[in-house]
Parts: sequence; C-alpha cells; structure tokens
Amino acid sequence: MKYAFFPGCVSKGGCPELYQSIMQVYPKLGIELEEMMTASCTGAGVLQEKDQKLGDVLNARTFALAEQRGLPIMTICSTCQGVMSQANLRLKSDPKYLAEVNHILAEERLTYRGTTNIRHFVWILLEDVGEQAIQQAVTRPLTGLRAAPFYGCYLQRPTEALGFDEQPSRAQSLETVIRLLGAEVVDFPGKSQCCGLPILTINERNSLMMVANHTSDAKNHGADVMVTPCPLCHLNLDGMQSKAANQQSTTINLPVLHLPQLLGLAMGLDSKSLGLHRNLVSPGSVLEKVGVEF
Amino acid sequence: MQATFRIRRFNPESESLASYDQDYVLETEPSDTVLDGLIKIREAIDESLTLRCSCRGSICGSCGMRINGQATLACKTKVISMISDGGTLHIEPMKNMPVIKDLVTDMEGFWEKIRKVQPWLQPKGPEPKAEYVASLESMDHLTGVMGCIMCGVCVSDCTVLEVDRNFLGPAALAKAYRFVADPRDGHAKTRLFALNTPGGMWGCTRCMECVEVCPKGVGAMDRIMALRAKGMEQHVPSTCGSRHAEVFADIIRQKGVLDEPMLAVRTFGLGNIPQLLSFIPTMIQAFKRGKVPKIWIFHRAIPGIRSIQRLYKKVRELN
Ligand code: SF4
Ligand code: SF4
Ligand code: SF4
Ligand code: SF4
Ligand code: FES
Repeated sequence: MKYAFFPGCVSKGGCPELYQSIMQVYPKLGIELEEMMTASCTGAGVLQEKDQKLGDVLNARTFALAEQRGLPIMTICSTCQGVMSQANLRLKSDPKYLAEVNHILAEERLTYRGTTNIRHFVWILLEDVGEQAIQQAVTRPLTGLRAAPFYGCYLQRPTEALGFDEQPSRAQSLETVIRLLGAEVVDFPGKSQCCGLPILTINERNSLMMVANHTSDAKNHGADVMVTPCPLCHLNLDGMQSKAANQQSTTINLPVLHLPQLLGLAMGLDSKSLGLHRNLVSPGSVLEKVGVEF
Repeated sequence: MQATFRIRRFNPESESLASYDQDYVLETEPSDTVLDGLIKIREAIDESLTLRCSCRGSICGSCGMRINGQATLACKTKVISMISDGGTLHIEPMKNMPVIKDLVTDMEGFWEKIRKVQPWLQPKGPEPKAEYVASLESMDHLTGVMGCIMCGVCVSDCTVLEVDRNFLGPAALAKAYRFVADPRDGHAKTRLFALNTPGGMWGCTRCMECVEVCPKGVGAMDRIMALRAKGMEQHVPSTCGSRHAEVFADIIRQKGVLDEPMLAVRTFGLGNIPQLLSFIPTMIQAFKRGKVPKIWIFHRAIPGIRSIQRLYKKVRELN
C-alpha cells in the first residue's frame, strides 16, 4: 500500500496539526507514503474561476508525476480531492482535451496517460486498509464519544467525479470510520453542506452564519466533537467558530478534530503528538471523555 | 412493493399552524415514481394531501420537493431507486421558500429573482434586415443552460440562500449567464456590472448542491463560475471575490503553493483595513497556539516552480 502523498498547502500552512497527525497515524496502518515535493496546488477551484484549463494543466502535471512513479495519489483534503477528481474526469473522458493538455506538458517532458487513481485518506482507509486492520490498530476505543461527521462539499459532490457509483460506501465513509473507532455517530442535516469558507472574505456574515449553524446544530444533536477530513472546513469551523458564535450572540465551543487526530486518539497516541494543542476550540472536553491527558 | 411515505404536512387553516409528519403505507409498482405514489395517496387514502404537478414527465417543473433530504422532481424519481421493500420515504416541501400547504411552496420569490436579471434578449445597434444570426457553436454552448425548467429544486437546496435571502441564487444566475453568453445580446457588460454587487455572482460558495440536484443538468454553479471569469475579463470593478481569484492565481504562479496570509492581505486590499483588522484576534490566537509554523511567514516556492511558471506562460499564450 504505497501512495504518492499530496499533502495540500493547508496542511503545511494554516493547519500544521493535520500534517503532524497524519504523519503519526499512517505508518501504523501499513501505509507507505512518498511525498510529492514538486507538485503544485490544485487551484482549489479558485484558480479555475479564472482559468479552468490552466488548472487542468497544473493538475495533469501532478497526475503525470505520480504516473511516472507508478503510484496512486493520496490526499488529505476534501478540496484537493474534489478539484483533482473533477480535473481527472475532464481529462479522462475527453481524449481530444487530454491531447491538448499533453501538448502543453510536452515541454516539461511529461505526458499524462490518464491512469492515475486519486483517493482521499478516508476512502483509502476503507478500500485498501480495510475494516479489520483499522480495528486491530485501535487500542483505545473511543467508547461513549459522540462524534458528528462533517465532509466538506468537495468530498460529497459531484458524485460522478467522486466515483460514488462504483464505490457507494464513499457516501458514508466518515460515519463508518467513526464507528470503527468505537465512537458513536451523531447524524445532523449539515454534515454534507458547505462550511462557508469560500466566501469568508466576500461575505463574512453569511460565511460565519454557516459556521454557527452547523456547529450549534451538531451540538444540539448531542455531539461532543465534530470530525472533518478537510483542513479548509477546519479553518472555518474551528478557526472562526468563536467569531461566528459572537456574531450570533451565543456560545458554541464544539471542538473540531481533523480525521487523523481522532484516529490517532483511538490508536493510543498522545495529544501533543497529534497537535491537539493547536486546535483553536480547546479539545479538552474530548480528551477528558476518552481519558487522555491534555 | 410496500412503501411508507412519511410526508411533512402543513395546513395554513389549522389552529396551531405547526407542520407535522404523517405516514401513509401503500403498495407500489416497480415502475412507480414518487409522484405516482403521492397521487395514489391523494386519490385513495387522503384527498386533503396537497401537491403540485402537471406533465409527469420532467418538463413542466411543478413537482419539485425534497425526497430523503434532497430536492428533486417527484415525477423523475422512482420509488425503488430510493428505498427497498418496506422502507420509508421522507417527503418534504422545498426549502428556502414559504410553504403554502403541504408540499406546495410559494414560488413568487423565485420568479422575482428571475425577473431581476432581465431574462430577455437586449440587442444593440440597428436591427438586421432578416433575423439575428448566431453561430451554431454558440447556441450549442447555451443548450445546457436553456434546458432549465424553472423547477426551483436548486434554489431549495442552495447553501447561501439558507442564510441570506438576498442572494440571487443558482437559477437566476444561470439564467443571467444564458444572456451574457448569447452573441446576439448587446448588454453583457451592463449585465456583468449589475451582477458584481452584493447578492450577485460573488456570493456563491461553490458548494455544488445546485449542480448535484438539478434534474436537467443545467450546472448552475459552473455558469456562475463562467460569469465570474467573464466579469474579470470585462474588468468589472474589483471586489473581494475577484481579487481573491486573481491573487490566488498569481500566488500559485510565484510559489506553486498557496500562501494564506498573503492571500488574505492582498484580497482585502489596503482599502479594506477594517475588515483585515477584524481578523487579527483570530490570527493572534492562531499564532499563540503554534498553529502557524514560523517558515510560513516567508513561504518558500516549491522545487517545481520553474516548471509551473513555464506552464502558466504557455497556457496564457494559447488563450
Ligand atoms: S486545494 Fe487547498 S489545500 Fe489543496 S493544494 Fe490547493 S490550497 Fe492547498
Ligand atoms: S409543460 Fe408541457 S407537458 Fe408540462 S404540463 Fe405544461 S403543457 Fe403539459
Ligand atoms: S454552488 Fe452556489 S449557487 Fe449553487 S447551491 Fe451552492 S452556493 Fe448556491
Ligand atoms: S437550474 Fe435545474 S434545478 Fe434549477 S430551476 Fe433550473 S432546472 Fe430546476
Ligand atoms: S410533474 Fe412536471 S416536472 Fe414533475
């Protein structure tokens, strides 16, 4: 189980605790990683607003680099995954377009043959690592912890690019993992909705209202913690939560963990090595519940 | 096959004015759509059940409703595609619009927004002798968006409308694109300037709900992204939205990866210091928690940067 690892800018910038925690967790799952040091940003859908073809060229370059190494790509960000999945679908379903893009890549001595498989860590957990191996890695089941999943738009839509037809379990992947870790799933309507981050600078009020709605909704449904496979969602749901609560004149205080952080807790890792002190909403209550020192 | 239809009911003439769920158990055929089931209920079990429908063939756009948590057309959704024998279907009226009775919603707000984008051709200059001519290619490009049947399904599930009633929403913005991209229309620029205001094309979060739920493959969000690109091409006055996209593209060109503080500072622009300042408490808290690595302040370019820059140049030359 070896992958070309695409960490994404946010895990190396605004959410270093994500990078830190995935590094702690993956070796214990039989995964091998080779980090793609020369890959560019996916464009996050923002570059694509200006120039979709440019975005596709940059992503095709990344896919070609992985193809050369003969490795599938692993992402740890819903946005990276979604943007790459969409680009890959466009390239693979239109040979003429792929040829055009390859023509541009030729100067870099690269060609993309369309064979690279790109998958998010949470899918790899279920499809490659497998339920049994996950259960074996769990040394500290999170019994009694009530966790609300939050996917991020790009890991839920569009279902065609994300291969939900071929792999229907992807639609419920977070819930499945939460259960395998011994925690209880808190279902709430916002789990596959938008965290609001893309419009934070454009319409702050609307963006923060989404943060407040989703986090308080999860809390009202009984969640002790929210867990997300997307660092961009985390930036808004964790980073902006107190500002969002202020805007709505309320308090929320719902800890939001990155998926590898939750996994790490169940695998017996300590809070420091998972970077939990870096989460802005203090995860103290969660740690207390699972019996880990903060 | 047996199915339970759990229907969200609302009667404006009831005393409590509260909505409630009511279960109906019925036998359905493999060929039955959800609409067929609802009509069976109305005809055989409960004639007070109120819904709107007409064509039964995904043409008229009147049977939009939420089925198992997602808006869709009831006449396009087979019961067996949603549940297995003995299962329960959850049926609710569309969101983001007032409910008149049971599954019937008030579409007035929807139409008002459609009217707002002036959905008619506005050619410029002297009239041609015969008809206005448009290339086959340009019309082909518009067939997708012209397929909109005004059902309101995308509006029901739009994330932004949930928190902001002033947002034009996916259907109206897609309709606006239909005219901006029509070669016979002479007012693309005026239209784009009008869409460059709060509630307009920059308000969308790119959540893709509208793309996913649309029964006609209109792809409203993709049209909104195309409006943004056209707006930037036409140099609409810069907003946080357009600056964000421009600066983002520029940072990737310089560094290969994203540099978030630079993105924030350059997006707000020096003209918007108050908003930038309002983020400082969060930033300080983040720094204190060690959330931000020190090297981040001087984000270095990735090793592959030369290659990225050559590709940027090449794509721009080709455009
Ligand atoms: S999509 Fe986001 S996280 Fe992914 S590489 Fe680009 S900026 Fe980074
Ligand atoms: S749109 Fe056409 S098919 Fe549908 S109800 Fe009207 S006339 Fe009939
Ligand atoms: S993509 Fe934009 S317009 Fe479409 S549903 Fe989401 S926020 Fe609304
Ligand atoms: S864009 Fe699609 S979902 Fe929205 S009103 Fe038109 S047909 Fe209905
Ligand atoms: S009844 Fe006309 S679209 Fe469903």
